Amino acid sequence: MVLKVVFLLISLFTVGSAFMVVTHRNLFSSALFLVASFFGVAALYVLLEATFLAVAQVLIYVGAIATLIVFAIMLTRGMMSGRTSPRNDQAVWAGLSSVVLGLVLLYVVVYRVRWPVVEKPVPPDTIERLGSALVGPYVIPFEIASVLLLAALIGAVLIAREREI
Amino acid sequence: MVPLSWYLTVAALLFVLGLYGVLSRRNAVAILMGVELMLNAVNINLIAFWRYTRPDNVAGLVFAIIVLTVAAAEAAVGLALFIALYRLRETVNVDEIDLLKG
Repeated sequence: MVLKVVFLLISLFTVGSAFMVVTHRNLFSSALFLVASFFGVAALYVLLEATFLAVAQVLIYVGAIATLIVFAIMLTRGMMSGRTSPRNDQAVWAGLSSVVLGLVLLYVVVYRVRWPVVEKPVPPDTIERLGSALVGPYVIPFEIASVLLLAALIGAVLIAREREI
Repeated sequence: MVPLSWYLTVAALLFVLGLYGVLSRRNAVAILMGVELMLNAVNINLIAFWRYTRPDNVAGLVFAIIVLTVAAAEAAVGLALFIALYRLRETVNVDEIDLLKG
């Protein structure tokens, strides 16, 4: 019962912040609401007992991605002052198709399908086994992810560098 | 325990809000924020299914970690592209980025 109330509060906070992200006129406020939404998702991970993922979410999304986004907003300033509308001319159709997709998802995926749920506790050594799985059976995806991060690092530096023309 | 369908509902709402942001915003950075919301929704789904169907198998967590990595790489390269574009065209408004239009 307490868990359900906590879950409802967290999810209300998360979805409300996400709503403000996509509707707020000021881009900087949008970025701050995005940080709030990331924190809410991390709290949901804690409720799901995925503690490592919760910490990684705070470190990577709040610590790195949100900071990058704030930097990008600062460096491309002048667009966000609110003189023009933040929405393009297809906003009505975007809203309509989003609502339709949301109804379809809620009806079919969430309430129509019976998922095979089992009531099992999470093993206490989950993080340990996650570590050995990342260098055991999942070593190829792990290495590909490292190469992807290296390529993204070099690519980002090359793309954003000042050209001497 | 909280039912699985509640988590799926929250994830669906986050995904739809992100989709609306991607489709309706004019600023490229705001579009990237919508993409991040959608990736978060996917991760909530992955971890909810891991917790409620196979908590003794870490495959769901590994998948979520890979998604997290790809999201970080995507944000870095995307924002670098916007900064380069801003230098070139003085705008990150996607309505005005029409270099390939004949």
